[in-house]
Amino acid sequence: MKKFLWLLGILCIQQLAVAQETFPENGVADRREGCYAFTNATIVKDAQNTLKNAILVIRNGKIVSVGNGVSIPKDAVVVDCKDKYLYPSFIDIFSDYGTTPAGPATGATRQVGGFGQQTQLTSNTKGAYGWNQAIKSEADAFKIFAADEAKAKTLRETGFGAVLTHVKDGIARGTGALVTLASDKENLVLIKERASAHYSFTKGTSTQSYPNSMMGTIALLRQSYLDAQWYKNKPSREGLNLSLQAWNDNQHLPQIFDASDKWNDVRADRIGDEFGVQYIIKGGGNEYQRIKEITATKATYILPLNYPQAQDVEDPNDARFVSLTDLKHWEMAPTNPGALEKAGVTFCFTSAELRDVKQLMANIRTAFAYGLTETTALNALTKTPATALGVYDKVGSIETGKWANFLITSGPIFNEKTNIFQNWVQGKKYSIKDDSWKDLRGTYKMVFNTSSGPVNYVLDFKSNNAASIIGQDTVTSKFYYDGRQVRINVAPERRGGGGQNFNLSGIVNNDVWTGYGEDSTGNRFTWTATYDQPTSQKADSAKKRPTGPIGKVLYPFEPFGWEEGQAPKQETILFKNATVWTGEKDGVIEGADVLLKDGKIAAIGKNLSAAGARTIDGTGKHLTAGIIDEHSHIAAGSINEGGQSVTSEVRIADNLNPDDINIYRQLSGGVTSSHILHGSANTIGGQTQLIKLRWGANDEDLKFKGADPFIKFALGENVKRTTSTQGNVRFPDTRMGVEQVLVDAFTRAHDYENRWKLYSKDKRGNAPRRDLELDALVEILNNKRFITCHSYIQSEINGAMKVAEQLGYKYNTFTHILEGYKVADKMKAHGASASTFSDWWNYKMEVVDAIPYNAALMSQVGLNVAINSDDAEMARRLNHEAAKSIKFGGMSEQDALKMVTLNPAKMMHIDNKVGSIKVGKDADVVLWTDNPLSIYSKSLYTVVDGIIYFDREKDAQMRKMVTAERNRIIRKMNSEKRSGAPVTPAQPSYQIMHTCGEHAHNHGMLTIDASELD
Amino acid sequence: MKTLNLKLETPFHKNKNHMKKIIVSIAFASIIIAGKAQETIYPSAKQTQPILITNGLVHVGNGQVLDKTSILIHDGKITQVGTSVTAPAGAQTIDAGGKHIYPGLILTNSNLGLVEVNSVRATNDVQEIGTLNPGIRSLVAYNTDSKVTNTLRSQGILLANIVPEGGAVSGSSSVVQLDAWNWEDAAYKIDNGIHINMPSFLRRPAGGRFARLGGDQPQVDPVKLALEQVDQIKSFLQEAKAYAAETNHAETNLKFAVVKGLFNKSQKLFVHANTVKQMLVALDFVKTFGVDMVIVGGTDSWQIADLLKQNNVAVIVSQPHNLPTLEDDDVDQPYKTPAMLQKAGVLYAINDEDGQTRGRNLGYNAGTAATYGLTKEQALQAITLNAAKILGIADKTGSIEAGKDANLVISTGDILDMRTSIVTDAFIQGRKIVLDNKQKQLYERYKYKYNLK
Repeated sequence: MKKFLWLLGILCIQQLAVAQETFPENGVADRREGCYAFTNATIVKDAQNTLKNAILVIRNGKIVSVGNGVSIPKDAVVVDCKDKYLYPSFIDIFSDYGTTPAGPATGATRQVGGFGQQTQLTSNTKGAYGWNQAIKSEADAFKIFAADEAKAKTLRETGFGAVLTHVKDGIARGTGALVTLASDKENLVLIKERASAHYSFTKGTSTQSYPNSMMGTIALLRQSYLDAQWYKNKPSREGLNLSLQAWNDNQHLPQIFDASDKWNDVRADRIGDEFGVQYIIKGGGNEYQRIKEITATKATYILPLNYPQAQDVEDPNDARFVSLTDLKHWEMAPTNPGALEKAGVTFCFTSAELRDVKQLMANIRTAFAYGLTETTALNALTKTPATALGVYDKVGSIETGKWANFLITSGPIFNEKTNIFQNWVQGKKYSIKDDSWKDLRGTYKMVFNTSSGPVNYVLDFKSNNAASIIGQDTVTSKFYYDGRQVRINVAPERRGGGGQNFNLSGIVNNDVWTGYGEDSTGNRFTWTATYDQPTSQKADSAKKRPTGPIGKVLYPFEPFGWEEGQAPKQETILFKNATVWTGEKDGVIEGADVLLKDGKIAAIGKNLSAAGARTIDGTGKHLTAGIIDEHSHIAAGSINEGGQSVTSEVRIADNLNPDDINIYRQLSGGVTSSHILHGSANTIGGQTQLIKLRWGANDEDLKFKGADPFIKFALGENVKRTTSTQGNVRFPDTRMGVEQVLVDAFTRAHDYENRWKLYSKDKRGNAPRRDLELDALVEILNNKRFITCHSYIQSEINGAMKVAEQLGYKYNTFTHILEGYKVADKMKAHGASASTFSDWWNYKMEVVDAIPYNAALMSQVGLNVAINSDDAEMARRLNHEAAKSIKFGGMSEQDALKMVTLNPAKMMHIDNKVGSIKVGKDADVVLWTDNPLSIYSKSLYTVVDGIIYFDREKDAQMRKMVTAERNRIIRKMNSEKRSGAPVTPAQPSYQIMHTCGEHAHNHGMLTIDASELD
Repeated sequence: MKTLNLKLETPFHKNKNHMKKIIVSIAFASIIIAGKAQETIYPSAKQTQPILITNGLVHVGNGQVLDKTSILIHDGKITQVGTSVTAPAGAQTIDAGGKHIYPGLILTNSNLGLVEVNSVRATNDVQEIGTLNPGIRSLVAYNTDSKVTNTLRSQGILLANIVPEGGAVSGSSSVVQLDAWNWEDAAYKIDNGIHINMPSFLRRPAGGRFARLGGDQPQVDPVKLALEQVDQIKSFLQEAKAYAAETNHAETNLKFAVVKGLFNKSQKLFVHANTVKQMLVALDFVKTFGVDMVIVGGTDSWQIADLLKQNNVAVIVSQPHNLPTLEDDDVDQPYKTPAMLQKAGVLYAINDEDGQTRGRNLGYNAGTAATYGLTKEQALQAITLNAAKILGIADKTGSIEAGKDANLVISTGDILDMRTSIVTDAFIQGRKIVLDNKQKQLYERYKYKYNLK
């Protein structure tokens, strides 16, 4: 009991020492100024400036002076830092220290709003906040911040002195607070309460259905910027909106975006560009895969250092399912900081995602092997984060006036054997490895003052738990040393028999140890040990030798990607003596030549020649225009924003994914252009994106330039949530409701357009609210955006057209349209095209009347008909799908081929550029081994813009390269395992497959339909 | 392909809210059936007079092609194949006019007649509840009036192996012929095999976007879990084998009794497996129980083709029209897998299990395999004679040879190529079947509407 009280007393003293003015005292006040002078130190003020033999003076938690020969106040406690280094303490600006959100972790949150999911249409947040639960701009980390000594201690031990903490929950996450890691009360630790504003692409604990896609998230962010702008005029109809108010209030702060992936980095930056914001971007550690695009963002990055662990791939049957992408990322992740440094990108480090914060230094040292410099690394932990936040006047270097946040180390900070002795935070000492403050390792002269006189030994002190005593023999003892106390237990060597056995206990006073001991027979004696000389130390360095050769970045970072500089280039190509399917009046020309030049079709004829052209013999081969897929879902980060029935604000273009292997696979099937559509989760889906399959290009360069914009609509089972397992609450639930959704949306669009027209006449009053959803619909009304509408049943097709005709818009294309044959005459009257499947049917109720004669029948009625895939597998055989209409409906071969070339080009208004072999059109062509409509045909070359993106011979070589590269890295992983490194079980590289969410088609063992993830 | 272990929920939970919708759907279905359909497409009557088909380009199904050849059919059987067959008295003669004649194509693994509309639960009778269901018999639920059937026949598919799904032991399949009034008429080979689903040895998706699939629970070692399930199957087979050795039992065990055919090889063991680990475990069954085994799926069978050959294990390649497993795989891997099995001498069949085209593209799946390494006749054999061998019906069908059932297809051109595979006539057991179907009728209906020829 007595001891307990005593302990309590100690705690009270600590509390008193930090008490604030306004807090009442219990007892006698104990205010301290905490004046210290650190002398004889090597002071690394910042990465550029180091002072030798310098003095640092601190008082009241701040730095008073620093330099050579500065005066030491009389009341300063002098700390001799001879041979010691002082560094500014580190700063982590991507922390949730003390603000960890309550509730389920993000990963465990069941997202809602996808197919078969429960729908929550409104926010569950109580109060005068905005409409979306994931927009938490009103959240302020400082309001809930609670210091957490256990976490602070771990961070301090790694070298951190201050962190920017924010609540990692939501798409807009409110403000972050700059706090130190001192153990004082929150009042003193919070050194800037609103230091930053935070955003992300994940909605966290929000249970609201919208958004449930990357596109929706981006649209929500964009609309929020617009709404906040509009809200500045306090529109009375909105009332008080604390979320928008906070959004505006937060704009002057540094804006930090948690993107966490290379493409997301770029996506975030684009949002910023649109609204005049330069985000500080929290990256994903894979930025090295697209260094050019990352550099172009001009953002400061926050980099995680959580390199993937080696996988256990010793069993070839396990290795079989780990993709080259994952293998290479394991090898290359440590190159990320070095690659960014080389590219001139400014970055900070965060420890937030490390499995163990203590891994920080080791991981930084690994990065040194791949080009990261120590200067940049130190900046990344100090000056850069402080500068990014605009708090470099407070923290980030050892300079007068700043917080006394610094480290005392045994040597250069990044050296492997360097110890951090102390971490001073706000002028307060936190011992980390104080016991080795003075390197007392070495040999000691030991004297046992036994009753029979002094006995001499030599003690070789190697480390805190290893020492040996050298007398007649060298005896390894059990040894304990903590800088204050020492214990030595020596047991006799059994085989020698004659050894001494004794137990010693002593107190350390620098280089003289004094103690008491007993031998095995109970004789008591005192002893001393006096420092003699140091043991020789091995050279220490931060450098770590590279672990053998490392692979190259591939563009895209996928098997069959190109190495830098190895991507195929535009060529002048002359196809000689081929059977040319022009798709034009000339029909099929036997033995013709086609010249591609400057990315265009330059000439078609016989006996053409072109100087310097690469000549490809087309004898016995067939040349056609590249295949165009009107309905595809490849190369996208998300496809369905099902959170609402009208989501015309979302854009596939916002989340293109150039790393989709299906781009390459489809090139092998002769596809050159794909129309990437939104899914069918809702009546008015999202804006589509036409791309060319430029394998290796970035998201922007994938886009088919100069094409009319389109939007996806959908009708029927999917939009009325037929597969909802929990009962649908999202309007509509019937086809009758679908019609009303359309009527309502376009009525609102008309009103909206009129409001703007009225406003733009005289610009009086406040501008109407810009609504991204209605903007897209107004574009439709003005023939600036065109509809492709997922549809099956004749009633719904007819109904949609009637709404359009009443409200002044048009359906450009009906896609799927399996009952199109029943209303082909009406579609023709409306002016719609049809894009359909060849022979899908009976997989759902609305396709029980689907017939493989559909395409032929619609063509015969006079519609422009295309065959589409909607499927990454079938897209590789679209020419064969089109050929089915030869059998089902007696279509001519040339007309059948047009259904996957010229006809889709026409329906997407790009037939002036692609779709047939005609002089002046884009050089998008395919050379086939056989008649392209024969099952026995396969592509030899697939050319886009005069660039051979698929070459079957080259493909054969690349297969060998993929295998070789796999094997090389697998060997490396295995040797890592054998050398004792921790490994995780092999994780199969699953791929996400986007479809309309209704299909029963096979896509291989490792493919997961995106709808299962919604 | 089985993706059971990945599916966390079936979209059709028994749920009160959902009941209403099902009822609505049923009503909708009834209207369609009443409104139009193929109800007047009758199964053909037994062959009464001899039929002589002359001047055909006969693809025997075993690799041979016979030009200008005649086929004589008597009492449902092929009695003669040759260039100088004369018509017996009273025979009907059909001049094939040089067209191609093929053995009827065979779907080796199908849910035909068990699944009408995939997404409508009420129309599905393919997956039973429970783990060990050897007694489940596909034949008794086989619906001869499925609207899908006639669309297959007009593609030259005349026989199908109807397979139950679900559980570890799913039950027995039966082969049916596709021209019947009821399942008893349809039965071609009853309970020809027992079907087992090999558990997955793959770790489930984890982390990042996949977190939602598995929650945050740590993964149980999938190999350990799978091996436990394998042991369950294995001990079932062990006890069943022992049970089969004794005729008198104090306790009758229906589950044991129903698989006794495995041990005297009157039934085959169909193991649905795709990865090498799964197939290696399956090979262990062959060694332990001495069964006739067929691997169904066989995605990675090309990796251990020699081993499969050594153990006389056959493979049903579930569908060449599929994506490669891994991004790293050759882009045409599924297309060329059959050719790799062929080269290794494995007995294999090509199948089409597509859920959206319902098996009709069997010929084109084989055609694609021919584009990627097989000869056309090898590809044909993979959907005819090989299929028959694997299903245990090669004594009756699978090739155009005297003594076999007259299951024939006449096509104007190459049946493996969609351009040319126009089936003009088909015979099942000598019965010339009607090649009309619902889709053709709808085609006619709207040609009529639009005044098209």
